[in-house]
Amino acid sequence: MATEHTFPRLLLEQAARHPQRPAMREKKYGIWQTMSWSDMAQLVRTLACGLSQAGLRRGEHLVVIGANRPRLYAAMLAAQSLGAIPVPLYQDAVAAECVYPINNAEVRFCVVEDQEQVDKMLEIREQCPQLEGIWYDEPRGLRNYDQPGLQSLDDLVSAGAAYAQEHPSLFDDEVAIGQPDNVAAMFFTSGTTGYPKGVVHSHRTLLDRAAAGASFDKLGIDDEVLAYLPPAWIGQNIFSYAQWLVAGYLVNCPESSATVHIDLKEVGPTYYFAPPRVFEGMLTSVMIRMEDASAVKRRMFDAFMRLARRVGPDLMDGKSVDVLDRLKYRLGDWLVYGPLRNNLGMSRVRVAYTAGEAIGPDLFSFYRSIGINLKQLYGSTETAVFVCLQPDHEARADTVGVPCDGVEIKLSDSGEILVRSPGLLKGYYKNPEATAEVLDAEGWYHTSDAGFIDGGGHLKIIDRVKDVGHLVGGDHDGAMFAPKYVENKLKFFSHIKEAVAFGDQRDKVSVMINVDFDAVGNWAERRNLPYAGYTDLASKPEVCALIQECVEQVNADLARDELLAGSQISRFLVLHKELDADDGELTRTNKVRRGFIGERYAVLVDALYGGKSEQYVETQVKFEDGRTGSVSATLQIHDAKTFQPIKAAA
Amino acid sequence: MGSAMKHKQHEGQVVLDVKNISLRFGGVKALTDISFDVREHEIRSIIGPNGAGKSSMLNCINGVYAPQEGSITFRGQTFRHMNSRQVAKMGIARTFQNLALFKGMSVIDNIMTGRNLRIKSSLIAQAFRNPFDIGGAQKEEERHREFVEHIIDFLEIQAFRKTPVGQLPYGLQKRVDLGRALAMEPQVLLLDEPMAGMNVEEKQDMSRFILDVNDEFGSTIVLIEHDMGVVMDISDRVVVLDYGKKIGDGTPDEVRDNEEVISAYLGTSH
Repeated sequence: MATEHTFPRLLLEQAARHPQRPAMREKKYGIWQTMSWSDMAQLVRTLACGLSQAGLRRGEHLVVIGANRPRLYAAMLAAQSLGAIPVPLYQDAVAAECVYPINNAEVRFCVVEDQEQVDKMLEIREQCPQLEGIWYDEPRGLRNYDQPGLQSLDDLVSAGAAYAQEHPSLFDDEVAIGQPDNVAAMFFTSGTTGYPKGVVHSHRTLLDRAAAGASFDKLGIDDEVLAYLPPAWIGQNIFSYAQWLVAGYLVNCPESSATVHIDLKEVGPTYYFAPPRVFEGMLTSVMIRMEDASAVKRRMFDAFMRLARRVGPDLMDGKSVDVLDRLKYRLGDWLVYGPLRNNLGMSRVRVAYTAGEAIGPDLFSFYRSIGINLKQLYGSTETAVFVCLQPDHEARADTVGVPCDGVEIKLSDSGEILVRSPGLLKGYYKNPEATAEVLDAEGWYHTSDAGFIDGGGHLKIIDRVKDVGHLVGGDHDGAMFAPKYVENKLKFFSHIKEAVAFGDQRDKVSVMINVDFDAVGNWAERRNLPYAGYTDLASKPEVCALIQECVEQVNADLARDELLAGSQISRFLVLHKELDADDGELTRTNKVRRGFIGERYAVLVDALYGGKSEQYVETQVKFEDGRTGSVSATLQIHDAKTFQPIKAAA
Repeated sequence: MGSAMKHKQHEGQVVLDVKNISLRFGGVKALTDISFDVREHEIRSIIGPNGAGKSSMLNCINGVYAPQEGSITFRGQTFRHMNSRQVAKMGIARTFQNLALFKGMSVIDNIMTGRNLRIKSSLIAQAFRNPFDIGGAQKEEERHREFVEHIIDFLEIQAFRKTPVGQLPYGLQKRVDLGRALAMEPQVLLLDEPMAGMNVEEKQDMSRFILDVNDEFGSTIVLIEHDMGVVMDISDRVVVLDYGKKIGDGTPDEVRDNEEVISAYLGTSH
């Protein structure tokens, strides 16, 4: 598609092409209320005039906070029509978190969803004295508010309509001035350290990537999506805004965050995105409901799911499958898979994506085996999402796909993935140092992810660059060691809750493992294996044997990978206590703090590398009420079987 | 932050005037000579220790009990005792301390029952749907359904629209109960311990809803409540009962300083 587009021009084009087709729907009062493309264009026109009258100028920022609602998207378009820059912020951020972005971008105006957001804006007004105008979409509860500058969007619409009468050419003139290389939007990324950074994108960068993604999956006006993730996240912004305008499909806004699942079922989107944890949650709820189902249903479900696991992914990948199995799968589709897809709201899904973190192979193939075309993609805010995508028939759990249209990828000497694409950020707002750190002179964006391109041309992400280490000495001297990659592979087993891998600057890899108390406890009960709490359960030889199996499976898997064959686990132990954020072993977001654990359990690390077969350890623990105590145990240390690296025979 | 507290001046007209009510069950005096009034658009609370006669008072207004003495005046009409259906028709709705919902019916259907008195089309017309909507029952139902949907939106229970009420947690059932009362478009809303058995968060939500009902629907609210904190926060005026007698009446601040009230609540005699 031509890249001389801007967001407002695309809107006008869609409205001219099919004015009466539905553009957005929102469920309100139990009914899906439709807004056509011409309604949308008209609303944007009036809102733009209203904003112009209020004083919003070209190049200025407009903050938008709220869930997915048609009028908030219209406000973004209205700002862009005037050459102003919408800055969506997360609706669940606390008031104090909004102060920095609003002051950083010198925001004078904001459009927010409801009373909750209005309260936040009023709360920070003293810290943001330049904040003049606040408009809200939902008037509920705001009747008695009379703060200066606070108005409803309805007021803005009627003021805009009057202003448009006086200045009939204002909107079209402003849209004509806007150019593709002007700044179109800014997204704040939550930095783990320091202040968030505003990622600046132009019309060209966003629309080019949106178009690349849309043509990759052949998205068109007949597609439908459900917009349910925060609009401040660039992914949602691409899926329900940029691609909406590019492909002209229909975006549905759920009734409330609590009804998303019901709305999903009603809408039946054809294009769907969710992070792995959402897919995991849906699978869990299916499994729980199956546990409660009648015996006949359960047996039927189990039998057909076995078949699906065996042949489903192959069918999805377009590989040849035995005729009899094909027939049986057809029957299963009628009895089990179809109703299941319907229950998940995925009957019509043509393309579903997951991204953001590693997805377990079992979880991934579950969805593919019941006929849902789930794929992975790779990208970030800085790359306007689309860097790599998995083509249909080539979806795999451990890669993130092939570079899509216009993207160049290379690896730096340190193994970092560098990306060059038409969708790269213009820079971080008012932060040239940070920009220089990620964008080099030749236009490569440094992702800080380590990875490589596999035999099939797919990109494989292994870890953050800063965590990747190397083995020293031993059989695999100099081999790459990617702790998180190994840990994730272990954590995909339901019996393993946490894993901590060591190996950087050592001769071999060893891990400490936390078993999943619920899953392993349940496993033990079914085997009549008595235990008296976590420490006892973790020390059972049967449990250790169970974990050993998992570890060796991971090793067999790693052996198939030339680059990471050296990361095979040679020794492991099962920890006597659960890693806990209160003890500083995990971050508050439950990521393992490898360095800290290495120091805290130095005796265990020494024992792992010193060849001992058991080690006594005593550990201080903090209870939730602040008291401290200690747990002690003698831990068995196990050797795991490793495998000869297998040369890739793709 | 928009404060939840608002003690507006109670200058509205008297809508409900209770005079010298006495109620006896055999030899037991449940209420003795109780008088108070409720003004247009206010939140009026009745508080008191267990067995003080709060629910009995509500039941007299509601027409469930017939007091032996006294009178109740509603918008200029005086009654010795009322009849429940008549009360409902006059625009007085109530919720119940021990939920009286249809457990097997969906949230929507439960709230729809609150529209019952307003449905005009005949039973026959409702029973036999027809393509041309002869009798207009379909159109009418749509209109009522729309009103109910506004209540569902207002109470934020969209996710449970079609869930049988019996499956909902207690706090949500209380909300449905309130929804059904609101469906009557009442002028006066009697709430019998709407927050009993709730946790702090549910109580905050419920307080919010009561204030919003008062504000957005313009309903006058008579509230029975145990939780003093809640009552003092959201009421305009408070009546205090103890052993069936009125021992205090006034704004929350006045009541808080009343000696008799303090001893009824903190005293050792009960």
